[in-house]
Amino acid sequence: MRNLSLSTLGPLAALVLLVVLGAFLNSNFLSSGNITNVLARSAFIGMIAVGMTFVITSGGLDLSVGSMAAFIAGMMILAMNAMIPSLGIGVPLVLAGMGVALLVGLLAGLGNGLLITKVGIEPFIVTLGTMGIFRSLVTWIADGGTLSLNFEARQFYRPVYYDGLFGIAWPIIVFAIIAVLGEVVMRHTRYGRYCEAIGSNDKVARYSAVKVERVQLMTYVILGLLVGLATILYVPRLGSASGSTGLLWELEAIAAVIIGGTALKGGFGRVWGTVIGVLILSLIDNILNLADLVSPYLNGAIQGVIIVLAVVLQRGKSSAEGR
Amino acid sequence: MTTGAVPALALQGVKKSFGPIEILHGIDFALMPGEVHALIGENGAGKSTIMKILGGYLGATSGEVLLNGAPAPWRSGAEAEAMGVVVIHQEFNLAPDLTVAQNIWLGREKGGFFLDHKAMRDDTQVLLDQLECRVSPDTRIRDLPVSDRQMVEIAKALSRNARVLIMDEPSAVLTHREVEVLFRQIDRLRAQGVALLYTSHRLEEITYLADRITVLRDGAVVRQAVRGELTEDGMATAMVGRDLNDIFPPRRQDFGPAVLELRDFAVPPLVEGINLTLRRGEVLGISGLVGSGRTELAEGLMGLRPHHGTVLRNGTPISIRSVADAAARGIAYLTEDRKERGLLLAKNLRQNLTLSTLDRFGGLLISRPQEEVALDKAISDFDIRAPSREMAVGNLSGGNQQKLLLAKTMLPEPQVVIIDEPTRGIDIGTKSQIYHFIDRLAREGLSVIVISSDMPEVLGLSDRVLVMRQGRVAGVLEGDEISETAVVRLVMGTSEKVNEDA
Repeated sequence: MRNLSLSTLGPLAALVLLVVLGAFLNSNFLSSGNITNVLARSAFIGMIAVGMTFVITSGGLDLSVGSMAAFIAGMMILAMNAMIPSLGIGVPLVLAGMGVALLVGLLAGLGNGLLITKVGIEPFIVTLGTMGIFRSLVTWIADGGTLSLNFEARQFYRPVYYDGLFGIAWPIIVFAIIAVLGEVVMRHTRYGRYCEAIGSNDKVARYSAVKVERVQLMTYVILGLLVGLATILYVPRLGSASGSTGLLWELEAIAAVIIGGTALKGGFGRVWGTVIGVLILSLIDNILNLADLVSPYLNGAIQGVIIVLAVVLQRGKSSAEGR
Repeated sequence: MTTGAVPALALQGVKKSFGPIEILHGIDFALMPGEVHALIGENGAGKSTIMKILGGYLGATSGEVLLNGAPAPWRSGAEAEAMGVVVIHQEFNLAPDLTVAQNIWLGREKGGFFLDHKAMRDDTQVLLDQLECRVSPDTRIRDLPVSDRQMVEIAKALSRNARVLIMDEPSAVLTHREVEVLFRQIDRLRAQGVALLYTSHRLEEITYLADRITVLRDGAVVRQAVRGELTEDGMATAMVGRDLNDIFPPRRQDFGPAVLELRDFAVPPLVEGINLTLRRGEVLGISGLVGSGRTELAEGLMGLRPHHGTVLRNGTPISIRSVADAAARGIAYLTEDRKERGLLLAKNLRQNLTLSTLDRFGGLLISRPQEEVALDKAISDFDIRAPSREMAVGNLSGGNQQKLLLAKTMLPEPQVVIIDEPTRGIDIGTKSQIYHFIDRLAREGLSVIVISSDMPEVLGLSDRVLVMRQGRVAGVLEGDEISETAVVRLVMGTSEKVNEDA
């Protein structure tokens, strides 16, 4: 049956430890305001990280997601501003903007995926390239500055980030749905099983009648769509996009996936682990900001230690499995 | 044993436990200089563990390893190697991106601050010439076929001036000709006083080579014999612990109509002009040298390689462009490379079994209970012995891996199945089981193509034998025509019995 080893429980234990530590250090930590804040901020990276889990599990990698988010945000804002004269301010405008975001995300993911599966270039190289391309395009379109959504449209769109259902913010709800869906797909559907098979050994998968290229292509397309979805929820927060939107998101997403126990070389994916990974990363940030123990400037260092520690634990596990 | 002579390498009362399980129960074993000592036993009998202990890769739980009569001083395989005890591993220890010469001198490069490339290349050439291996020292390992990699592995061992050479199934991937060269080298080393430990599942090799034989069963020595004392049947009986009268099932008699026909089938660049017919309930053996295009033919037919020509399934032309296409036509393929192409070594039995047939398990979500039922059936139908269902299949013995792969291949209930090297690296007991599985399938009305380099296997299992040479059909033998000499003649090209319609 499922073995509850250190590497399985490690991320969960770390999360619990952080919560206890946070509550101990600052009485505000467990307030609903702070929890909502942490979760809502986690939601963007979280949705992207769920998609990233599938990409990495099937043996791929996507470095372009942060730049892609900036590019999608820029395209969405430009499109919405351009449609105001015809659609006016209202639900149709927001829906159209969302459609544009999802479409651009889908196309961007499709582009990455086709270059990787059809042209046969290494995922690292392809997405390193598109990472530069997306970010540079946004900077160029914004002429080095900021693309801002029309003020009234922004006012109308704001609730998508700040409001919610039953007091739970929309980004948190959407993130939760995506996480549950992702876990089910990874654990209980053919698609998830194929991702793991391809990441374990793509030759075995091919000899087993698995459509390897199609499954891999889909991981990038799904990730693109999820980046689009994250952007839809992110844009109403600031109402603008610039060359620095989504900076380093790709690394945070990859880090969350790895902390959660997914193997970087592929073959084993754990979506719930990724969710915990995302929460660990945002909690560290949050606790450092609330408590005076350690300078918040050391945030990156602490996150770095956690990432390395997670991989050390993973290696202990894989060498045990090797026997 | 010559009285008074000191063994080059010996084990005294060696026990080995992994956790609570003792797998070697007090092994006594001596390897004399200038002799070939064969260690035989079924998979899981403890051969590999003994070889690892001898080579310094594993420590004994109790008992002693003696080098020239004194306790062996090494603490690792590398230290043992430096003292002249060299192991040729079954899984190659070659760096795929380095050249042949770079691999042979890896860790002991010639030259001072700068490498002496010329000296290393020249010495490599001398070693390869000794082995009659026509491979350039500058070829990358990645670009070599498996048999040449084995020769490089042997050349590497020769370059170390070994006093004790431990060979773990070196012939498993070699062709007839290469095995002959290997045997000449073994004779030469024996004459030079090297102590050689040799293992192989091919008992005729043991008869030919071994001066002494040690038979292992379940972690204990059950028989020791000198040359001439044991027949091949005697070895098999000692290994298995029971009589193996019928390793091969009796031949089948009734065949149905043609279920698969190839007309002028080609898999460029090697395989050309293949015509063959496979009947219902028939086992067609395909023989030929490694590199004669047998696997390429099968992979072409499965849509894994570009191919052209006509394929008729039950008389109707079909086109197969992927494994999924082939599966839809009721054709399945069991690869020769079970570790790299057949099974996901890090995944458990259930996930491996159902990978190619997941469509049948559940709807939107995979039905885990249905998968478990299928695994239950596979375990009982194919006698798969696994300590745990949840274990990674990489930890199963080779024989059980092969049975699982067979179960996986048969799960979609194909009508035509191509089995490439059904028993490579598998002990004689499991081999016989697999032959009987194949026979059972054929009697149930399946049509089976068996590709094999194992001559007794091809002869014992096939209703007809098709021999390939250099990508073409060299001939087809049927009924009483099937004999070792006839097959070897066709393999080697010394007779031209060309039969267009196989």
